[in-house]
Amino acid sequence: MEALINMVLLTLMAIVTVGIIRMKSLFGVVILAGIYSFLMASVMVALDAVDVAMTEASVGAGISTVLFLAALYMVGKDDVPSARSPYVALALAVVVGAALVYGTIDLPPFGAADTPPNQHVAPFYLQNSIPQTTVPNVVTSVLASYRGFDTFGETVVVFTAGLGVLLLLRGRPKPREATVAKDDQEVLANDARTPGREDRA
Amino acid sequence: MSPALEALVASYNHWITIFLMVAGLYTVIAKDNMIKKLVGLSLFQTSVYLLYLSPGKILGGTAPIIAPEFDVYSNPLPHVLILTAIVVGIATIALGLALVVRIHEAYGTIEEDQVFAAGDNE
Amino acid sequence: MKLDLILRVTTKLILPFMLLFALYVQLHGDFGPGGGFQAGVIAAGMIILYSLVFGLRAAQRVIPMSVVMRAIPLGVLIYLGVGVVAMMKGGAFLNYSTLASHAEHGQHTGILLVELGVLVTVASTMVGIFYAFVERGR
Repeated sequence: MEALINMVLLTLMAIVTVGIIRMKSLFGVVILAGIYSFLMASVMVALDAVDVAMTEASVGAGISTVLFLAALYMVGKDDVPSARSPYVALALAVVVGAALVYGTIDLPPFGAADTPPNQHVAPFYLQNSIPQTTVPNVVTSVLASYRGFDTFGETVVVFTAGLGVLLLLRGRPKPREATVAKDDQEVLANDARTPGREDRA
Repeated sequence: MSPALEALVASYNHWITIFLMVAGLYTVIAKDNMIKKLVGLSLFQTSVYLLYLSPGKILGGTAPIIAPEFDVYSNPLPHVLILTAIVVGIATIALGLALVVRIHEAYGTIEEDQVFAAGDNE
Repeated sequence: MKLDLILRVTTKLILPFMLLFALYVQLHGDFGPGGGFQAGVIAAGMIILYSLVFGLRAAQRVIPMSVVMRAIPLGVLIYLGVGVVAMMKGGAFLNYSTLASHAEHGQHTGILLVELGVLVTVASTMVGIFYAFVERGR
């Protein structure tokens, strides 16, 4: 039964992916990407990865969609069809897919308990998490204590991303066509032209 | 169940992972619009998460939160790695979007061939 | 009556529960799914929702950009501080066993503090990135 739910959700994800590739309106693509993230979070719950599902739902479907929409607002909403032929890219994708199929043929069947990834370190973490750290959630204890250094690196990566975005978008002021500095009057005039924006205090 | 059906169920995760990976790769390479490329990159990253999480699942097990009434747990180690990977992925996407916004301000377009043509003419 | 009245009233009702849920996810990360990253993103989502409905200026009156820019490295410093204190008390870097008299309590304390650092950095980074995008677009 778990396997059946898993298969249905994965098939829905494949259909949404085809929609993302084919759709021309970028707004629709971003919304489909949000749907894709939610389906991925559901698949992760079916795979017993509850921490990861919560993170993927909040990050992938929440923050990622908001950032894409914010960028789309400034950039433009439509995907102009490409002038060059897609057949080279399609051939390359098929070759990569064939190589991946060849590589995953020998992987163990889904859900088996005696595979090598489940043998060496994982039973140690499961048995020693409560005696050594008194934390029942093994993912948290591994993330924060056993592999704490990796989480430190991840926090620094988030810091670097924030630093990079702030430098890119606040480091240099936006080039303005008008010579008059934007004051409240011009902002209100802009407002009258674009209906629906009501974020003026 | 017939052997073909059993084989399909046993490795369905891998087939879908490969399809999503190839679809993401195709979107990054073949599409010109930079926002669509970033969405394709996000698709590719998510398929890699699926590739890591699938072998960790144990049928009949439960989430790796120790409780007295369960004794079979799914492997917690891929969960930790993918948690880090998701956060690093959103960091990459945010930086990529900031770059797209700046490219649009500099060139007026985000279609890759038009940006390259404008770059050649400078 | 403006058309966004429903949005404003509903958002005002939902925002405290979002903050409560973020804190719940953070502090119950030991006993159920959760932890610093999820809680940080939910807390950032609260501020982003406020900014979407009430406007960027209203949101920046509550959480100004200067506070955000100081909070981003603060989480990294908290994490680093926990590691350095553990080192000063005689153990290795980020070995929480030395933080309290019993090794397990030290581990628990270290995990709580470290997740707090992660919460602060992730929440402020997401809010800062959103502010940067919106300010560029005005």
